[in-house]
Amino acid sequence: MVPTNYYVVLSAILFGLGVFAFIFKRNVITIFMSIELMLNAVNLAFVAFSQALGKLDGQVFVLFVIVVAAAEAAVGLGIIILIARNRQTLNVERVDLLKL
Amino acid sequence: MPTYPILEYLWIVPLLPLLGSAVNGLFGAKWPNKIVNLAAIGSTGLSFLGALEAVREFFDYFAQKHQAFHKIFFAWIAAGNFRAGFDLQMDQLTVVMVLVVTGVGWLIHIYATGYMAHEGGYYRFFSYLNLFMFFMLILVLAANYVLLFVGWEGVGLSSYLLIGFYFLKKSASDAGKKAFIVNRIGDFGFMLGMFLLFKRFETLDFVQLFAKADPWPAETMGHLGTFTIACLLLFMGACGKSAQLPLYVWLPDAMEGPTPVSALIHAATMVTAGVYVVARSHILFAHSETAMLAVAIVGCATAFFAATIGLVQTDIKRVLAYSTVSQLGYMFLACGVGAFSAGIFHLMTHAFFKALLFLAAGSVIHAMGGEQDMDRMGGLSKKIRWTYVTMLTATLAIAGFPPFAGFFSKDSILLSAFQDEYGGRKVGYTLYAFGLATALLTAFYMFRLIFLTFKGKQRYDEHQVHVHESPWSMLGPLVILAVLSFAGGWFALPAFFRGPDYFAKFLEPVFNPNYRSAGFRDGSNLFSLPQAEEGLHSLELILAAVAVGIALTGLGVAYWLYLKRPGKADGLAHSLKPAYTTLLNKYYVDELYAAAVVRPLLWISTNVLWKATDVAGIDGAVNGIAAGATSIGDGLRHTQSGNTRSYAVWVVVGAIVIIAVIFFWPASGKPVLGMVH
Repeated sequence: MVPTNYYVVLSAILFGLGVFAFIFKRNVITIFMSIELMLNAVNLAFVAFSQALGKLDGQVFVLFVIVVAAAEAAVGLGIIILIARNRQTLNVERVDLLKL
Repeated sequence: MPTYPILEYLWIVPLLPLLGSAVNGLFGAKWPNKIVNLAAIGSTGLSFLGALEAVREFFDYFAQKHQAFHKIFFAWIAAGNFRAGFDLQMDQLTVVMVLVVTGVGWLIHIYATGYMAHEGGYYRFFSYLNLFMFFMLILVLAANYVLLFVGWEGVGLSSYLLIGFYFLKKSASDAGKKAFIVNRIGDFGFMLGMFLLFKRFETLDFVQLFAKADPWPAETMGHLGTFTIACLLLFMGACGKSAQLPLYVWLPDAMEGPTPVSALIHAATMVTAGVYVVARSHILFAHSETAMLAVAIVGCATAFFAATIGLVQTDIKRVLAYSTVSQLGYMFLACGVGAFSAGIFHLMTHAFFKALLFLAAGSVIHAMGGEQDMDRMGGLSKKIRWTYVTMLTATLAIAGFPPFAGFFSKDSILLSAFQDEYGGRKVGYTLYAFGLATALLTAFYMFRLIFLTFKGKQRYDEHQVHVHESPWSMLGPLVILAVLSFAGGWFALPAFFRGPDYFAKFLEPVFNPNYRSAGFRDGSNLFSLPQAEEGLHSLELILAAVAVGIALTGLGVAYWLYLKRPGKADGLAHSLKPAYTTLLNKYYVDELYAAAVVRPLLWISTNVLWKATDVAGIDGAVNGIAAGATSIGDGLRHTQSGNTRSYAVWVVVGAIVIIAVIFFWPASGKPVLGMVH
């Protein structure tokens, strides 16, 4: 049996990578993927703890997260398509109309 | 049905004028003058009738109980052991005051309907006038100092409103402000006096306070105990309200108000409030020789000082204003030498004849179409006969000719000053001498006024001024007041025929502590030693004769200077030029106050309070905070770059900080995340 620590460390590494990509990547699609990566890192941690503690709470949470992630992907991709149509670009640096 | 229907609901008496004021003030603007009249005169008239009935019931009550009527209506302020209630009381002193206030006040209301008929703001005028009546009645009916102070401040407010009635005229609004501000100086002292009395006796209710104060020994001359200080502070308030030295300066300026106001507020009622307070607090004053002497000296000095200014004024109302200040000085002189009943007696007769003088002067001004300068009058006696006769009556009264009212009251004041019980013989003689000199001056300037106004050659252009007698709504009150000025002093008449002075006897339950002992009531008066009585009687007759002689001298001099040799007065003024100009400029007191008080205050207000404290300090602080917020915001603005990735960095940083706090905060001894263990 793999110790829980390994899962947690893997989860942290995946989450860190997600954060890193989220901050340093410019392509919207990549940023979107990094968000998915972070969510799945958290899911991994949930199931790991769920197994370690022998409770089902974590697994239920994971199901919720997956559902939310699916909904978010639908909305997010819709926004990305609109941005691509209107601005002819997927670079976030060029999408800065919200600034003061 | 209660035994004393009005007395037990005494609040009705002051409430009626308040209702009249409210009705006129709120709805009067759209009403014709007739309805305004109805509300104003009706409410004060009913109040007068109510007061009469209350007085009748009080006599009933007093005959049975031999004590002042006192009724608690509701507690107004109650904090700890401090209690100030809406309590009204009635005793003999109140009887005099309440009848003078409502009676004279009512007559002046009637007069005002004629005098103000063609003025704008008619309803406003009567609303203020009724409001004044309300506060004045509260003042005289109050059973404790706090409620009295409500009336005290209220009459000050109404006085301010009425002096500045012609508020578009700068001099009028300035005079209103002056009256208010000068009065505040006195009120400051009055309040301190109240605080001190409460600190010492733990009550401000008249009955309880005086009962507690009475057994204490009197403070001798120069001893600054509680009584002396409290009395001097109260007297400071009285000086402001009753226009005594050094706070008299507002009263002459107050003549900017309409003449009925001058008659009601600045002659007959409000300005006597100070005398009333001193008389009401006579038990406290009697405990301090110093305070008594101060009252007597200030009163005497004011009487003489104001009379000298009155000698040379040419504005008919200003002469009367200085005369009022002078006569108020007489009242304080009486109080200061322990003759409180004489002071109140003079207060009453003065209310009659001075109200009459002002109203008659108003009638003259009305007849002359607004002219107030006596140099442009003359020879009016034939054209406005009623005014002349009534005004002459009042003049005879104020000058102290028997059997007019002023003679009796002034005579009893001078007699009491002569035998001063408090300051001793030498002081008494000095006070008497000055009082007598004032009587001479009074007779002179009053007959000067009469001769300049009504006698001699006419000095106005008949084509421009159409002299006409006033309507009966104005003459009626004049005639009634003339009768009162003539006969109002006869209470004291029997005293000249070895009888009792009925006025003093009437006030005895209030002013004479011996009254409370049973023996006194049976008639076995402690002071009724036959020889002493005999000496006193002859002294009284001699002093009265001297006073009449003095008054005749004043009359004679005025006659000689202004009728017999009309050019003589100007020549005299010319040869005594320095003295004359000093008097004409009222001893430069206003200029002195301006230089010593007003201008330094203005300078401090402008440079320290306004420019340094307000603009630089307070505004600077507020503006500085605002500017700081702006610049911080300006700096923070740049963090909102619109760049999505920079927001992401902030989110991450925030998350890290929160996690760090949760895990590494030194105070969090127990783990926050329940899932971890």
